[in-house]
Amino acid sequence: MVEILFYILSTITLGSAALTLLSKNPIHSALWLVVSFFSIAGHYILLNSQFLGMVHIMVYSGAIMILMLFTIMLMNLNISHEVSKPFITKVVATIAFCLVGLLLLSITMRGAQTYELQYANHGEDFQSVQVLGKVLLNEYVMPFEMVAVLLLLAMIGAVLISKKDKTDKVA
Amino acid sequence: MDKTIIIDKAVIIVVVFAVTMLMAMYATLAERKIAAWIQDRIGPNRAGKGGLLQPLADGLKLFAKEETQPNTPNKFLFKFGPFLAMTLALMTSAVIPWGDKFHLFGRDIELQAADLNVGLLYIIAVLSVGVYGIMIGAWASNNKYSLMSGIRAASQMISYEIAMGLSLIGLLLMTQTLSMREIALQQEGMNWNVFYQPVGFLIFLICSFAETNRAPFDLAECEQELIGGFHTEYSSMKMGFFLFAEYANLFISSAIISVLYFGAYNYPGMSWAVENWGVNIANVIGIFALFIKICFFIFVYMWVRWTLPRFRYDQLMNLGWKSLIPLALLNLVVTAIVILLIKN
Repeated sequence: MVEILFYILSTITLGSAALTLLSKNPIHSALWLVVSFFSIAGHYILLNSQFLGMVHIMVYSGAIMILMLFTIMLMNLNISHEVSKPFITKVVATIAFCLVGLLLLSITMRGAQTYELQYANHGEDFQSVQVLGKVLLNEYVMPFEMVAVLLLLAMIGAVLISKKDKTDKVA
Repeated sequence: MDKTIIIDKAVIIVVVFAVTMLMAMYATLAERKIAAWIQDRIGPNRAGKGGLLQPLADGLKLFAKEETQPNTPNKFLFKFGPFLAMTLALMTSAVIPWGDKFHLFGRDIELQAADLNVGLLYIIAVLSVGVYGIMIGAWASNNKYSLMSGIRAASQMISYEIAMGLSLIGLLLMTQTLSMREIALQQEGMNWNVFYQPVGFLIFLICSFAETNRAPFDLAECEQELIGGFHTEYSSMKMGFFLFAEYANLFISSAIISVLYFGAYNYPGMSWAVENWGVNIANVIGIFALFIKICFFIFVYMWVRWTLPRFRYDQLMNLGWKSLIPLALLNLVVTAIVILLIKN
């Protein structure tokens, strides 16, 4: 039963990801990406990680993709507006993508063995948000805070960039 | 055992669906009656006694209207928009506890479609994707007014979602759980969350107005600027779906407010009723109590709609980003400090 679900979800994930790339219309691409994100959330729930699944929907489908759709709709992108890229860029992009693909493939091949990591909370119910919170704020408090600072920096940077225009006009 | 659970849940889902549809139907009548009352008019009174059959007449009219379709290259997305709006409006009802456990046929029956242990997160997640129906429908209409409406709806949703989430974190700090059932159980008697989180409740209520696209936050469909907004190009039952989804949203969001802040199905003297009249009768009263609360909040939604004028766009953004988010953050910090002090 779970296996069948996994295959259905995987088909949807890969199919919608492929359609994201193949769609000519940027809005269609974005919508296929939303479908892909939803099926990835389904994978998380299949792995008994409800919290991660819900947060994934909230952050990726609920915030990032809506902002992206918003931007695409606002800019009114069309195929006719698309800037044709020079030949050399296309070649370099293809080579770079192939290298990354090779790297990912080798990692997956090597990663066939499972890792037996010993957490302090080993064996506890990781579906529970309480356990997850304890792990994040005890064992991983440093990386957790670092990520928080990184996000804060990104936010301040975004505000700074959007404010720059105004000060220029005044000066 | 498994089979009985499946049957139980199927019955509950069908009943919740039917009740949501019925409430949405009569909310349209209630809206017109309340609008009439506030503006000193009589309101619809021809179909049935006192206009009771008006929703049926409206539905029949929408069904019988001619379908028109704009010349758009996105025929599928055009049809998909209203469908998505309706689906996402109904999805939230899955985690709402409609009543305590019934004891029937020798087993306990929970009046809830799914008791997720991340129920609260599920609600935020579904609310956050709720704007897709409007956005897709608006874009596929191939009409600049519709497009602007969709863009407005999206930016409004993004802005108010943050404050909404922050106000819910304050609640979460108190309840220590994300399960809707446990949140409902904790508010036994008059131990309602609204007394401990009044500021959080106010922020949540304002954000709910924004998330359901109701006045004074109905910039997505303001007639003076955008004709009909995102449903300008829609006709017949497709438009009916959009309108109906709005009222279903209204009902569900009133239910969420009642469950999270106003004690769900709890009423003063519930434990006394359980002792003297038995579990089932006490629970039936509890369901009635929940529906009275829900109807009250539906009334509040309509009352506000016919009282306050619409915000201007910059006022909307200022309120969201410069008032509600700092206030929600402050509420969060104060709640955390108070909880820490009480615990030590």
